Amino acid sequence: MTFINYASREINCKIVYYGPGLCGKTTNLQYIFDSTAPQARGKLISLATETDRTLFFDFMPLELGTVRGFKTRFHLYTVPGQVFYDASRKLILKGVDGVVFVADSQEERMDANIESLYNLEENLQSQGYDLMKIPYVLQLNKRDLNNIVPVEDLAAELKRKDEPVIEAVAATGAGVFDTLKAVAKQVLTELRKG
Amino acid sequence: MADTPILLREQQYHQIKAVLARLRMDASAKVVFLVDKDGQEIASQGEVGNLDTTSLASLAAGNVAATGGMAKLIGEKEFPTLSHEGEKESIHISVIGRLLLVVVFDERSSLGLVKLRSKQVSHQLATMFDEITKNDYDDLESPFAEITDEDIDSLFS
Ligand SMILES: Nc1nc2c(ncn2[C@@H]2O[C@H](COP(=O)(O)OP(=O)(O)OP(=O)(O)O)[C@@H](O)[C@H]2O)c(=O)[nH]1
Ligand SMILES: [Mg+2]
Repeated sequence: MTFINYASREINCKIVYYGPGLCGKTTNLQYIFDSTAPQARGKLISLATETDRTLFFDFMPLELGTVRGFKTRFHLYTVPGQVFYDASRKLILKGVDGVVFVADSQEERMDANIESLYNLEENLQSQGYDLMKIPYVLQLNKRDLNNIVPVEDLAAELKRKDEPVIEAVAATGAGVFDTLKAVAKQVLTELRKG
Repeated sequence: MADTPILLREQQYHQIKAVLARLRMDASAKVVFLVDKDGQEIASQGEVGNLDTTSLASLAAGNVAATGGMAKLIGEKEFPTLSHEGEKESIHISVIGRLLLVVVFDERSSLGLVKLRSKQVSHQLATMFDEITKNDYDDLESPFAEITDEDIDSLFS
Protein backbone atom coordinates (compact mmCIF):
# COMPACT_ATOMS: atom_id res chain seq x y z
CA MET A 1 0.00 0.00 0.00
CA THR A 2 1.38 3.33 -1.04
CA PHE A 3 2.47 5.66 1.70
CA ILE A 4 2.96 9.33 0.85
CA ASN A 5 4.56 11.55 3.45
CA TYR A 6 4.10 15.20 2.57
CA ALA A 7 6.37 16.34 5.40
CA SER A 8 9.44 14.36 4.42
CA ARG A 9 8.33 14.36 0.75
CA GLU A 10 8.62 10.63 0.31
CA ILE A 11 6.61 7.99 -1.49
CA ASN A 12 6.93 4.33 -0.54
CA CYS A 13 5.55 1.45 -2.57
CA LYS A 14 5.67 -2.30 -2.03
CA ILE A 15 6.61 -4.81 -4.72
CA VAL A 16 6.46 -8.56 -4.18
CA TYR A 17 8.36 -11.22 -6.16
CA TYR A 18 6.27 -14.38 -6.34
CA GLY A 19 6.85 -17.78 -7.95
CA PRO A 20 7.60 -21.47 -7.32
CA GLY A 21 10.46 -22.73 -5.16
CA LEU A 22 13.94 -22.16 -6.60
CA CYS A 23 12.68 -20.09 -9.55
CA GLY A 24 15.11 -17.30 -8.72
CA LYS A 25 13.20 -14.71 -6.67
CA THR A 26 15.95 -14.21 -4.12
CA THR A 27 18.50 -14.14 -6.94
CA ASN A 28 16.62 -11.18 -8.50
CA LEU A 29 16.85 -9.23 -5.26
CA GLN A 30 20.45 -10.22 -4.69
CA TYR A 31 21.37 -8.94 -8.14
CA ILE A 32 19.57 -5.63 -7.59
CA PHE A 33 21.33 -5.32 -4.25
CA ASP A 34 24.77 -6.07 -5.69
CA SER A 35 24.43 -3.63 -8.55
CA THR A 36 22.94 -0.65 -6.73
CA ALA A 37 24.97 2.09 -5.09
CA PRO A 38 24.93 1.70 -1.29
CA GLN A 39 23.39 5.15 -0.79
CA ALA A 40 20.41 4.13 -2.93
CA ARG A 41 19.50 1.04 -0.98
CA GLY A 42 19.28 -0.33 2.51
CA LYS A 43 20.26 -3.75 3.77
CA LEU A 44 19.07 -6.92 2.10
CA ILE A 45 17.34 -8.82 4.89
CA SER A 46 16.96 -12.52 4.18
CA LEU A 47 15.01 -14.75 6.51
CA ALA A 48 16.23 -18.02 5.10
CA THR A 49 16.85 -21.61 6.09
CA GLU A 50 20.37 -22.96 6.52
CA THR A 51 20.22 -24.14 2.92
CA ASP A 52 19.38 -20.64 1.64
CA ARG A 53 15.75 -21.32 0.93
CA THR A 54 13.57 -18.37 1.79
CA LEU A 55 11.81 -19.12 5.07
CA PHE A 56 9.69 -16.01 5.53
CA PHE A 57 10.80 -13.24 3.18
CA ASP A 58 13.65 -11.23 1.71
CA PHE A 59 13.39 -7.50 2.03
CA MET A 60 15.28 -4.62 0.54
CA PRO A 61 14.42 -0.92 0.34
CA LEU A 62 15.50 0.74 -2.90
CA GLU A 63 15.51 4.44 -3.62
CA LEU A 64 15.00 5.17 -7.27
CA GLY A 65 15.36 8.94 -7.25
CA THR A 66 13.13 11.98 -7.14
CA VAL A 67 9.94 12.56 -9.08
CA ARG A 68 8.31 15.99 -8.81
CA GLY A 69 10.24 16.68 -5.64
CA PHE A 70 9.25 13.42 -3.95
CA LYS A 71 11.75 10.72 -3.06
CA THR A 72 10.54 7.49 -4.59
CA ARG A 73 11.28 4.40 -2.58
CA PHE A 74 10.36 0.84 -3.41
CA HIS A 75 10.21 -1.88 -0.80
CA LEU A 76 11.07 -5.13 -2.52
CA TYR A 77 9.96 -8.41 -0.98
CA THR A 78 10.22 -12.03 -2.04
CA VAL A 79 7.95 -14.78 -0.78
CA PRO A 80 9.07 -18.32 0.09
CA GLY A 81 8.25 -20.45 -2.94
CA GLN A 82 8.00 -23.81 -1.24
CA VAL A 83 4.41 -24.99 -1.24
CA PHE A 84 4.07 -25.52 2.50
CA TYR A 85 4.94 -21.90 3.35
CA ASP A 86 1.57 -20.68 2.11
CA ALA A 87 0.62 -18.91 5.34
CA SER A 88 3.74 -16.73 5.04
CA ARG A 89 3.06 -15.94 1.39
CA LYS A 90 -0.37 -14.61 2.28
CA LEU A 91 1.04 -12.33 4.94
CA ILE A 92 3.65 -10.86 2.64
CA LEU A 93 1.08 -9.95 0.00
CA LYS A 94 -0.64 -7.62 2.45
CA GLY A 95 -0.36 -4.05 1.24
CA VAL A 96 1.23 -4.97 -2.08
CA ASP A 97 1.31 -2.38 -4.87
CA GLY A 98 2.83 -4.49 -7.63
CA VAL A 99 3.71 -8.14 -8.26
CA VAL A 100 6.45 -9.81 -10.29
CA PHE A 101 5.78 -13.45 -11.08
CA VAL A 102 9.11 -15.21 -11.62
CA ALA A 103 8.55 -18.34 -13.71
CA ASP A 104 11.15 -21.08 -13.95
CA SER A 105 11.62 -21.79 -17.67
CA GLN A 106 12.74 -25.39 -17.18
CA GLU A 107 10.39 -28.03 -18.61
CA GLU A 108 10.16 -29.95 -15.37
CA ARG A 109 9.05 -26.82 -13.50
CA MET A 110 6.04 -26.08 -15.69
CA ASP A 111 3.56 -27.64 -13.29
CA ALA A 112 5.15 -25.82 -10.38
CA ASN A 113 4.77 -22.51 -12.26
CA ILE A 114 1.10 -23.13 -12.93
CA GLU A 115 0.42 -24.17 -9.36
CA SER A 116 2.21 -21.13 -7.99
CA LEU A 117 0.35 -18.77 -10.31
CA TYR A 118 -2.99 -20.18 -9.16
CA ASN A 119 -1.80 -19.80 -5.62
CA LEU A 120 -0.95 -16.15 -6.30
CA GLU A 121 -4.39 -15.44 -7.73
CA GLU A 122 -6.04 -17.09 -4.75
CA ASN A 123 -3.92 -15.38 -2.15
CA LEU A 124 -4.35 -11.98 -3.78
CA GLN A 125 -8.08 -12.53 -3.76
CA SER A 126 -8.09 -13.46 -0.09
CA GLN A 127 -6.46 -10.07 0.60
CA GLY A 128 -8.97 -8.23 -1.54
CA TYR A 129 -6.84 -7.76 -4.65
CA ASP A 130 -7.44 -8.81 -8.22
CA LEU A 131 -4.55 -10.02 -10.35
CA MET A 132 -6.30 -8.58 -13.39
CA LYS A 133 -6.15 -5.08 -11.91
CA ILE A 134 -2.90 -4.96 -10.00
CA PRO A 135 0.42 -3.80 -11.58
CA TYR A 136 1.95 -7.06 -12.72
CA VAL A 137 4.91 -8.44 -14.70
CA LEU A 138 5.68 -11.97 -15.86
CA GLN A 139 9.39 -12.80 -15.80
CA LEU A 140 10.60 -15.94 -17.60
CA ASN A 141 13.75 -16.80 -15.72
CA LYS A 142 16.64 -19.22 -16.28
CA ARG A 143 16.73 -18.65 -20.05
CA ASP A 144 20.39 -19.76 -19.96
CA LEU A 145 19.55 -23.42 -19.34
CA ASN A 146 19.18 -26.14 -21.99
CA ASN A 147 15.96 -27.87 -21.00
CA ILE A 148 13.73 -24.82 -21.31
CA VAL A 149 10.22 -24.33 -22.66
CA PRO A 150 9.98 -21.92 -25.64
CA VAL A 151 8.91 -18.39 -24.71
CA GLU A 152 5.67 -18.59 -26.73
CA ASP A 153 4.58 -21.76 -24.93
CA LEU A 154 5.37 -20.32 -21.52
CA ALA A 155 3.51 -17.13 -22.34
CA ALA A 156 0.53 -19.08 -23.67
CA GLU A 157 0.34 -21.03 -20.44
CA LEU A 158 1.16 -18.34 -17.90
CA LYS A 159 0.05 -15.01 -19.34
CA ARG A 160 -3.06 -13.69 -17.62
CA LYS A 161 -3.62 -10.32 -19.28
CA ASP A 162 -1.57 -7.82 -21.24
CA GLU A 163 1.25 -7.90 -18.70
CA PRO A 164 4.84 -7.32 -19.87
CA VAL A 165 6.68 -10.62 -20.38
CA ILE A 166 10.41 -10.38 -19.74
CA GLU A 167 13.05 -13.02 -20.37
CA ALA A 168 15.72 -13.18 -17.71
CA VAL A 169 18.79 -14.88 -16.38
CA ALA A 170 18.65 -13.61 -12.83
CA ALA A 171 21.91 -15.34 -11.99
CA THR A 172 23.78 -12.99 -14.35
CA GLY A 173 21.34 -10.11 -14.05
CA ALA A 174 19.93 -10.22 -17.56
CA GLY A 175 16.39 -8.86 -17.54
CA VAL A 176 16.40 -8.15 -13.81
CA PHE A 177 16.25 -4.36 -14.03
CA ASP A 178 13.92 -4.48 -17.03
CA THR A 179 11.53 -6.46 -14.87
CA LEU A 180 11.77 -4.05 -11.96
CA LYS A 181 11.33 -1.10 -14.27
CA ALA A 182 8.27 -2.63 -15.92
CA VAL A 183 6.51 -3.17 -12.60
CA ALA A 184 7.62 0.14 -11.07
CA LYS A 185 6.33 1.99 -14.10
CA GLN A 186 2.89 0.46 -13.67
CA VAL A 187 2.84 1.24 -9.96
CA LEU A 188 3.73 4.89 -10.56
CA THR A 189 1.23 5.14 -13.40
CA GLU A 190 -1.39 3.78 -11.03
CA LEU A 191 -0.59 6.67 -8.66
CA ARG A 192 -1.20 9.12 -11.47
CA LYS A 193 -4.78 7.90 -11.64
CA GLY A 194 -5.07 8.78 -7.94
CA MET B 1 -7.56 -2.17 -3.56
CA ALA B 2 -7.62 -3.69 -0.12
CA ASP B 3 -6.21 -0.78 1.83
CA THR B 4 -6.44 2.91 1.21
CA PRO B 5 -3.08 4.58 0.82
CA ILE B 6 -1.76 6.52 3.76
CA LEU B 7 -1.32 10.19 2.95
CA LEU B 8 0.38 12.04 5.74
CA ARG B 9 0.11 15.80 5.93
CA GLU B 10 2.97 17.84 7.27
CA GLN B 11 1.06 18.93 10.36
CA GLN B 12 -0.08 15.39 11.15
CA TYR B 13 3.44 14.14 10.79
CA HIS B 14 4.68 16.66 13.33
CA GLN B 15 1.84 15.82 15.71
CA ILE B 16 2.79 12.16 15.58
CA LYS B 17 6.44 12.99 16.09
CA ALA B 18 5.52 15.03 19.16
CA VAL B 19 3.57 12.14 20.69
CA LEU B 20 6.47 9.78 20.03
CA ALA B 21 8.97 12.23 21.55
CA ARG B 22 6.87 12.46 24.68
CA LEU B 23 6.53 8.68 24.92
CA ARG B 24 10.23 8.27 24.46
CA MET B 25 10.91 10.54 27.42
CA ASP B 26 8.22 9.08 29.65
CA ALA B 27 9.35 5.53 28.94
CA SER B 28 13.09 6.33 29.12
CA ALA B 29 13.37 4.59 25.77
CA LYS B 30 16.13 4.82 23.20
CA VAL B 31 14.02 4.87 20.09
CA VAL B 32 10.30 4.94 19.50
CA PHE B 33 8.76 4.48 16.13
CA LEU B 34 5.49 4.04 14.39
CA VAL B 35 5.16 1.55 11.58
CA ASP B 36 2.17 0.44 9.60
CA LYS B 37 1.24 -3.24 9.57
CA ASP B 38 2.71 -3.66 6.11
CA GLY B 39 6.12 -2.60 7.35
CA GLN B 40 6.28 1.01 6.23
CA GLU B 41 7.91 3.30 8.72
CA ILE B 42 5.71 6.30 9.43
CA ALA B 43 7.74 8.29 11.95
CA SER B 44 10.53 7.74 14.41
CA GLN B 45 11.97 9.56 17.37
CA GLY B 46 15.10 9.11 19.45
CA GLU B 47 18.69 7.94 19.17
CA VAL B 48 18.16 6.60 15.70
CA GLY B 49 21.82 7.12 14.82
CA ASN B 50 22.98 4.16 12.80
CA LEU B 51 19.97 2.04 13.67
CA ASP B 52 18.48 0.66 10.45
CA THR B 53 14.89 1.65 11.15
CA THR B 54 13.68 0.67 7.67
CA SER B 55 14.78 -2.94 8.17
CA LEU B 56 13.54 -2.92 11.74
CA ALA B 57 10.14 -1.69 10.57
CA SER B 58 9.82 -4.46 8.02
CA LEU B 59 10.92 -7.13 10.49
CA ALA B 60 8.60 -5.81 13.21
CA ALA B 61 5.71 -6.04 10.76
CA GLY B 62 6.78 -9.54 9.76
CA ASN B 63 7.00 -10.50 13.40
CA VAL B 64 3.53 -9.18 14.18
CA ALA B 65 2.12 -10.78 11.04
CA ALA B 66 3.59 -14.15 11.95
CA THR B 67 2.45 -14.11 15.58
CA GLY B 68 -0.94 -12.80 14.40
CA GLY B 69 -1.16 -15.83 12.16
CA MET B 70 -0.38 -18.08 15.11
CA ALA B 71 -3.01 -16.28 17.20
CA LYS B 72 -5.70 -17.03 14.62
CA LEU B 73 -4.70 -20.68 14.51
CA ILE B 74 -5.32 -21.04 18.23
CA GLY B 75 -8.53 -19.03 18.11
CA GLU B 76 -7.35 -15.58 19.21
CA LYS B 77 -7.92 -12.44 17.15
CA GLU B 78 -4.35 -11.24 17.58
CA PHE B 79 -1.70 -10.76 20.23
CA PRO B 80 -1.92 -7.07 21.08
CA THR B 81 1.64 -6.75 22.33
CA LEU B 82 4.93 -8.50 21.72
CA SER B 83 8.16 -8.08 23.56
CA HIS B 84 11.64 -9.42 23.13
CA GLU B 85 14.11 -8.94 25.93
CA GLY B 86 17.80 -9.19 25.28
CA GLU B 87 20.76 -8.99 27.61
CA LYS B 88 20.98 -5.22 27.21
CA GLU B 89 18.64 -4.11 24.45
CA SER B 90 14.96 -4.92 24.23
CA ILE B 91 12.01 -4.28 21.98
CA HIS B 92 8.35 -3.84 22.76
CA ILE B 93 5.69 -3.74 20.05
CA SER B 94 2.05 -2.78 20.51
CA VAL B 95 -0.54 -3.33 17.84
CA ILE B 96 -2.84 -0.32 17.49
CA GLY B 97 -5.30 -1.06 14.69
CA ARG B 98 -3.34 -0.68 11.47
CA LEU B 99 -0.31 0.64 13.33
CA LEU B 100 2.56 -0.83 15.27
CA LEU B 101 4.19 1.17 17.99
CA VAL B 102 7.75 -0.06 18.40
CA VAL B 103 9.84 0.91 21.44
CA VAL B 104 13.52 0.07 21.69
CA PHE B 105 14.91 0.36 25.20
CA ASP B 106 17.83 -0.76 27.37
CA GLU B 107 18.59 -1.18 31.06
CA ARG B 108 17.82 2.49 31.71
CA SER B 109 14.16 1.52 31.42
CA SER B 110 12.08 -1.58 32.09
CA LEU B 111 9.51 -3.65 30.28
CA GLY B 112 6.84 -2.70 32.83
CA LEU B 113 7.38 1.00 32.30
CA VAL B 114 7.49 0.71 28.53
CA LYS B 115 4.28 -1.33 28.52
CA LEU B 116 2.50 1.16 30.72
CA ARG B 117 3.57 4.23 28.74
CA SER B 118 2.85 2.58 25.40
CA LYS B 119 -0.62 1.73 26.53
CA GLN B 120 -1.20 5.28 27.68
CA VAL B 121 -0.52 6.76 24.24
CA SER B 122 -2.23 3.99 22.24
CA HIS B 123 -5.61 5.62 22.33
CA GLN B 124 -4.27 8.98 21.30
CA LEU B 125 -2.34 7.51 18.38
CA ALA B 126 -5.36 5.51 17.28
CA THR B 127 -7.52 8.63 17.24
CA MET B 128 -4.91 10.60 15.33
CA PHE B 129 -4.55 7.86 12.79
CA ASP B 130 -8.31 7.56 12.37
CA GLU B 131 -8.35 11.18 11.39
CA ILE B 132 -5.52 10.65 8.94
CA THR B 133 -7.31 7.86 7.11
CA LYS B 134 -10.72 9.53 7.23
CA ASN B 135 -9.32 12.71 5.82
CA ASP B 136 -10.57 14.25 2.67
CA TYR B 137 -7.64 14.56 0.32
CA ASP B 138 -9.18 16.65 -2.37
CA ASP B 139 -7.01 19.61 -1.50
CA LEU B 140 -3.82 17.53 -1.42
CA GLU B 141 -2.22 17.75 -4.79
CA SER B 142 -0.95 14.29 -5.71
CA PRO B 143 2.68 14.69 -6.67
CA PHE B 144 2.05 12.07 -9.30
CA ALA B 145 -1.04 13.54 -10.90
CA GLU B 146 0.95 14.98 -13.75
CA ILE B 147 3.80 12.54 -13.87
CA THR B 148 4.95 11.79 -17.40
CA ASP B 149 6.48 8.70 -18.94
CA GLU B 150 9.72 10.65 -19.18
CA ASP B 151 9.67 11.27 -15.41
CA ILE B 152 9.35 7.55 -14.84
CA ASP B 153 12.03 6.66 -17.36
CA SER B 154 14.41 9.15 -15.78
CA LEU B 155 14.24 7.17 -12.52
CA PHE B 156 15.94 4.28 -14.26
CA SER B 157 18.55 6.12 -16.27
N1 LIG C 1 21.06 -21.28 -14.33
C1 LIG C 1 20.39 -20.38 -13.64
N2 LIG C 1 20.25 -20.52 -12.31
C2 LIG C 1 19.55 -19.60 -11.63
C3 LIG C 1 18.97 -18.48 -12.27
N3 LIG C 1 18.35 -17.72 -11.34
C4 LIG C 1 18.54 -18.36 -10.17
N4 LIG C 1 19.26 -19.47 -10.32
C5 LIG C 1 19.67 -20.45 -9.30
O1 LIG C 1 18.53 -21.12 -8.79
C6 LIG C 1 18.70 -21.43 -7.41
C7 LIG C 1 17.54 -20.94 -6.59
O2 LIG C 1 17.50 -19.52 -6.64
P1 LIG C 1 16.78 -18.65 -5.52
O3 LIG C 1 16.85 -17.23 -5.96
O4 LIG C 1 17.29 -18.96 -4.17
O5 LIG C 1 15.28 -19.21 -5.64
P2 LIG C 1 13.99 -18.69 -4.86
O6 LIG C 1 12.95 -18.46 -5.89
O7 LIG C 1 14.30 -17.56 -3.97
O8 LIG C 1 13.62 -20.01 -4.02
P3 LIG C 1 12.76 -20.09 -2.62
O9 LIG C 1 13.37 -19.13 -1.68
O10 LIG C 1 12.84 -21.48 -2.15
O11 LIG C 1 11.36 -19.73 -2.99
C8 LIG C 1 20.04 -20.83 -7.00
O12 LIG C 1 21.00 -21.82 -7.01
C9 LIG C 1 20.30 -19.78 -8.09
O13 LIG C 1 21.66 -19.56 -8.28
C10 LIG C 1 19.14 -18.35 -13.69
O14 LIG C 1 18.67 -17.41 -14.32
N5 LIG C 1 19.84 -19.34 -14.31
MG1 LIG D 1 14.12 -17.23 -2.01
